[in-house]
Amino acid sequence: MTKQSADDGDVREDDLGRVGLRAGASKLVQSWRMAGIFIPFAILFVILSITSQPFLHTTNLINILDQQAATLCIAAAGTLVLVAGGIDLSVGATYGLATVVAGEIAAHHSPVLAIAAAIVTGLVVGLVNGLIVTVFKINALITTLAMSFVIGGVALKVTSGNLIVLSQNSGFYRFANAQFLTIPSAVWMTLFFVVVLGLLLSRTTFGRYMVASGGNAEAARLAGVRVNLIKVVTFTLSGGAAGLGGAIDISRLLSAQAASGGSALSFTVLAGIVVGGTSIAGGQGSVWRTGIGVLFIALIGNGFNLLGIDPLYQQIVLGLILLIAVGLDSWVRLRRR
Amino acid sequence: MSAGTSEEHPHRSAGATGDDLIVAGVSKRFGGVPALSDVSLTIEAGRVHALIGENGAGKSTLGKIISGVIERDEGTLTLGARTLVLRSPREALANGIVTIAQETAIVPGLTVAENVYLGSEAATMGFVHRREARRRFRALARHVGFDLSPDVLAGNLSTADKQKVDIMRALSRNASIVVMDEPTAALSSDETTALHETIRSLTRRGSAVVLISHFLSEVLSLSDRITTLRDGRLVRTIDAKSATEESLIEGMLGRSLIAAFPVKAPADPTAPVVLEVEHVSAPGVVDCSLVLRRGEILGISGLVGAGRSELARAIFRDAKVSAGTVRLENAELTGHSPHRSIHRGLALIPESRKEMGLLMGRSVRENVSLSRLDLVSRLGWIAAIRERRAVSKVMEKTNVKAASMALPVMMLSGGNQQKLLFARSVMCSPSVLIADEPTRGVDVGSKRAIYDLLVEMAQDGMGIIVISSELEEVLGLAHRVLVMRHGRICAELTGDDMNQQAVLAAAFAENIVG
Repeated sequence: MTKQSADDGDVREDDLGRVGLRAGASKLVQSWRMAGIFIPFAILFVILSITSQPFLHTTNLINILDQQAATLCIAAAGTLVLVAGGIDLSVGATYGLATVVAGEIAAHHSPVLAIAAAIVTGLVVGLVNGLIVTVFKINALITTLAMSFVIGGVALKVTSGNLIVLSQNSGFYRFANAQFLTIPSAVWMTLFFVVVLGLLLSRTTFGRYMVASGGNAEAARLAGVRVNLIKVVTFTLSGGAAGLGGAIDISRLLSAQAASGGSALSFTVLAGIVVGGTSIAGGQGSVWRTGIGVLFIALIGNGFNLLGIDPLYQQIVLGLILLIAVGLDSWVRLRRR
Repeated sequence: MSAGTSEEHPHRSAGATGDDLIVAGVSKRFGGVPALSDVSLTIEAGRVHALIGENGAGKSTLGKIISGVIERDEGTLTLGARTLVLRSPREALANGIVTIAQETAIVPGLTVAENVYLGSEAATMGFVHRREARRRFRALARHVGFDLSPDVLAGNLSTADKQKVDIMRALSRNASIVVMDEPTAALSSDETTALHETIRSLTRRGSAVVLISHFLSEVLSLSDRITTLRDGRLVRTIDAKSATEESLIEGMLGRSLIAAFPVKAPADPTAPVVLEVEHVSAPGVVDCSLVLRRGEILGISGLVGAGRSELARAIFRDAKVSAGTVRLENAELTGHSPHRSIHRGLALIPESRKEMGLLMGRSVRENVSLSRLDLVSRLGWIAAIRERRAVSKVMEKTNVKAASMALPVMMLSGGNQQKLLFARSVMCSPSVLIADEPTRGVDVGSKRAIYDLLVEMAQDGMGIIVISSELEEVLGLAHRVLVMRHGRICAELTGDDMNQQAVLAAAFAENIVG
């Protein structure tokens, strides 16, 4: 036994030396990854502040946040889906369905009912997505893509293809536009939602289980994690967030239409998440960084508008940034092997 | 190891037709850390040259340098009159050097024959001569004595058969040097015997085989020359005739290991029963019954594919159990989720830590606490301090050596990764632990530490089932051994009946009768 412990000592010294160095390198990559999106965001922010006079105005900044409220909520929940090893491309369609459902109800009933209906619609769609993915074991990408067609069709059916326009229905309008400290309630709600989901991912057992499910589903299951349950919950949250986003936007814009949102929104959300450094392979990610990622993309749009550059280039730049983000992610993963 | 322990070396005198590979002063550093320092050896044609050492000793690194997977920093490789510059496996292949790795390099969507001739297809203008390929394949298969159908999808094969595909690919290219990195780690003993025969036939043809293996009995029975590495340095190269298992271990560790297994404390036959499995049937498992008592270590042996891991999964309620009951501490275990089993006091250490055990990219802390986060959280909120304290407690108990709890587990050595799974299990404080291949891919020093751990856990009152392909391990640890064959438990051995012959006889019974 004494011999054995001596041996252990040897092993440890050896391990420590080797591990210490590699850990240092890995830490660097890791922290760089953490800082990844903050640095370009800060640079872009500074550039826009210098080059564009109206950019740094409070109104403009609050405006950006207000416009991005729905996208931020949806992307925050979408991060959880990605971390848990799924992907949700149906959020755009779900958002569209939620707005028309809320619009139809708000026209005749109380605004509270309309908002609740929008969120419940989203939750139900998300739950269905989650059940299809886990129970029938159909690939999440295909499931949510197919579901987005189904939901889009349902939304058209609800409105018969018409645009719903709401009057300044006072209660409903206040939902997203009530001012508190000169900031509209849409922004406050978004902030609250993002913080809650951020803490959920980083500080709770549920968050840990999501990371485990996405990182290695088989290992997580054998370690006692209810992987299917976790995945269903992330999809349900994602759907619910799309419903919330829909409710916020219809209150802001006072009009609803089946075609709003759609695949463009789904892709913007996904772009924000990936630019924020969440791995498309699952098991790694952060809600905070998703927030920055979404705002980064919004800043690019805002900057292009303020500087009067052809919006055509905006799309090209966005595509390239997305490629770089995904490329970095797979490069980091490759380096680890 | 059971198979291939014949003492004679029939190929030793075989005429060497190829050239010798001379490795001179080779060094390699990874990020400033030396993995290999000034290693020189000669690999003779027509001989089996074994490389042994603990994990991290540099044997795989040397194998990879020879086969062009990684480039050396210093030193030279000479094959006959040529000085080799190997920048890729392809360049190594062009020089007749082929690798057969533990993880096979097959394309699952192609057939066996297509895999064998991948990259060297007989073709005209890009159209492959399929019939010609099949004919060549049959001839080759006959030559090496493999029973493989050319048209089966390679992805559907067992690991052992996939390896055969790799070997046939090497042979189809007239390899003069074949590097094998742990070729038998995933094979059952009859497959191992077949592979050993293949290795011998390779050397008879004049090829040199570089064998990297953890199995010392295999090394001793197959090799002509044995090179021992330690910490990236060459300890010595000796003739296999003059080596013994003890002398090899001594070389690897730098001193002699007194006993490979801890002393067995006798099991108490009157101790209460903790696990009772009655007539359980599940996929790959037929009507299995067993009883496990507190403090007992029960070994399960059998060939790969005999249903050992399947039985473990069935007991763990992770497989569709079609009949029978599992009783844990006198209460029936129901449901179909590992989650439930773990919380009832049953823990499983799965056979493959990388695929089924660990989140390789996540921290040590997260990996250890994963199964019992409920112990360190309140209403779903993880208490960071409590978690760290609980994790460090079980890490201490299981001797996990990690520079920091925040380190991703992939930075740990294989032995420490395995011990980490034990730490996770200890945190579950189970009444029964099933350890499936607890020392697979683990170096000699860590093996002993894991054995000590298993014995200690049994003494603490746990009932332990050890499933292992290494017969010595089962015999050295267990109080009682069950042998499985074709999904059934075909023998129970205790006391003096617990020996290699009896286990093998039971495992192979059919073949003897037939």
